Amino acid sequence: MSGVSSITSRSVALPIANIDTDQIIPARFLTTTSRAGLGRHAFQDWRWREDGSANPDFALNRPEHAGAAILIAGDNFGCGSSREHAPWALLDAGIRAVISTAIADIFRSNALKNGLLAIVVSPLEHASLLAAAGEALTIDLRAQRIARAGHAPIDFTVNSFARQCLLDGVDELGYLLARQDAIARFEEARP
Amino acid sequence: MTATTLFEKLWQAHLVEADTDGLPAMLYIDLHLVHEVTSPQAFSLLRERGLRVRQPSRTLATLDHSTPTTPVRADGSRTYLDTATEQQVDALIRNCSDFGVSLHGYDSPDRGIVHVMAPELGATQPGMTIVCGDSHTSTHGAFGALAFGIGSTEVGHVLATQCLLQHKPKTMAVIVRGQLPVGISAKDLTLHIAGQVGVAGGTGHVIEFRGDAVRALTMEERMTLCNMSIEMGARAGLIGADGTTIEWLRGRRQVPQGDAFEAAAKHWRWYRSDDDARFDKTVEIDAGEVAPSVTWGIDPGKVIAIDAPLPALSASNARAFEYMRVTPGALITGVRVDVVFVGSCTNSRINDLRDAAAILAGRRVAAHVRMLVVPGSERIKREAEAEGLDAVFRTAGAEWREPGCSMCLGMNGDIAKPGELVVSTSNRNFEGRQGMGVSTVLASPATAAASAIAGVITDPRRYQQEAAA
Ligand code: SF4
Repeated sequence: MSGVSSITSRSVALPIANIDTDQIIPARFLTTTSRAGLGRHAFQDWRWREDGSANPDFALNRPEHAGAAILIAGDNFGCGSSREHAPWALLDAGIRAVISTAIADIFRSNALKNGLLAIVVSPLEHASLLAAAGEALTIDLRAQRIARAGHAPIDFTVNSFARQCLLDGVDELGYLLARQDAIARFEEARP
Repeated sequence: MTATTLFEKLWQAHLVEADTDGLPAMLYIDLHLVHEVTSPQAFSLLRERGLRVRQPSRTLATLDHSTPTTPVRADGSRTYLDTATEQQVDALIRNCSDFGVSLHGYDSPDRGIVHVMAPELGATQPGMTIVCGDSHTSTHGAFGALAFGIGSTEVGHVLATQCLLQHKPKTMAVIVRGQLPVGISAKDLTLHIAGQVGVAGGTGHVIEFRGDAVRALTMEERMTLCNMSIEMGARAGLIGADGTTIEWLRGRRQVPQGDAFEAAAKHWRWYRSDDDARFDKTVEIDAGEVAPSVTWGIDPGKVIAIDAPLPALSASNARAFEYMRVTPGALITGVRVDVVFVGSCTNSRINDLRDAAAILAGRRVAAHVRMLVVPGSERIKREAEAEGLDAVFRTAGAEWREPGCSMCLGMNGDIAKPGELVVSTSNRNFEGRQGMGVSTVLASPATAAASAIAGVITDPRRYQQEAAA
């Protein structure tokens, strides 16, 4: 994983509450044995019509949102299935940060492990970001701040360990493997 | 000594390294359950880095999500939805053999939905930490074990190190007082609680279900309850171990036998919250108020008693009404049903099949309804067939299938058609969960069976009372 320190992009709003991981990537695309190529199917049933054409009403399909990498989602994003295919699909579709008032535990953990920023802001800040959807934002992970032109910046927190991993581009497996002695001691001490 | 919650006991007992300022805790995992859908990328990670599985004996795999549930051909082969699902199954078979992991595949009499088969084997035990790349791992919390779902990257972490990095969640008590009315099932209670807590009410928390109504539940019923903790946003669900837990485990293949069992049981009894333990959050539920419950929307928190009117239209539920095509303020009973599914790790155990069969016996599934009954494991399938339940289902016009996840997520091709409505005993009613454009109403096995007969959503008490009269 390469490091993530800041993201500058226009935002796109998907102001639907409780977007679950079945919407982000439906089960029928989980038959893959790799992580690649899931972006086409991100939000599949909202984004594509049955005949395979793009649904022109869906925000991510609108020309003015092309290339937007910051998703402002409704309350409680990412609930439901633990499928890591959800952040894989979003990243592959060009989304690099999701902002909501609440983000489900497993989704957030999966997202951060893959370099997808999962950011929680207050309901007021959320409403203001939604109202200004389409604006350019800069998310500075080091400063934990969202900078906006013409608005006060928004501060957020990402847990410090996950943040450091993201900034340094290191993954947790390396951290765990470096502690194999401690694991062995724990195993020996067990009844 | 200060009173301690069950969660705290489980957490402390598994700390390889405690959490410090900003650094997560390193938690040891006793049992790692693996299935074909969320593991291939994790095994790839091991291969890329030249790693082995640290503790194959703490790793248990089965085939359930993308496996067909249609009849096995005479030569033992199965009809897969497509080559991708078949390749996924083959990948797990190969990965298990390459990495020395024991797999309960098609040749095993113990194969089944991962959250059904592991408890049956006695692999799930009080005091354990249990993970699986599947959110309904919360099911195992019914045994006083800390059990939760993880992503595929974490599956790789556990395979390679038997550890996970975790931030400590908060605790939440859901206290269920009183007694469930006669004929009201654990699924009704579970849906009722989900409706009260809401889909995000448990976020960041581990829920412990407490109270006399919870103590009165059988292990199967406790599993149904803990299974849906994730639908309340919780990291895990827990129920303290007691005599019910211990008797259920006695004699199972992977638990100690004889005197060793008594010693283990003594240890297991410790895995309950101390009387004065304090929780970060508490919700109280009156069991006496629980009616047959169903979901009516597109998340598992939109629950009503089956005889109560649907809520009024509002900005926050308009999308659900539009997708479900039900009328604000109207009754949900009488809404046409196209498919009925009895199965999933929520409700595919023998008691669930008996509940459904009790209503179907001597009756017929409505002509326009397709009903699938899918046992949770090979063991349940054998047990149901020995009791003659399969004959009850078949005679009533339902399909009796091979064990697996089936229509719970429809990965194997068991889905409904766009526009159809499914009454389902599973745990998720998200848009398209059971097929594109398909509406799902979550219900108990009894409600599902009653609705299959009537062809419309139906209060099971109608048939239960008939039977009693
Ligand atoms: S039955 Fe459904 S919820 Fe349970 S493990 Fe299978 S897919 Fe997941």
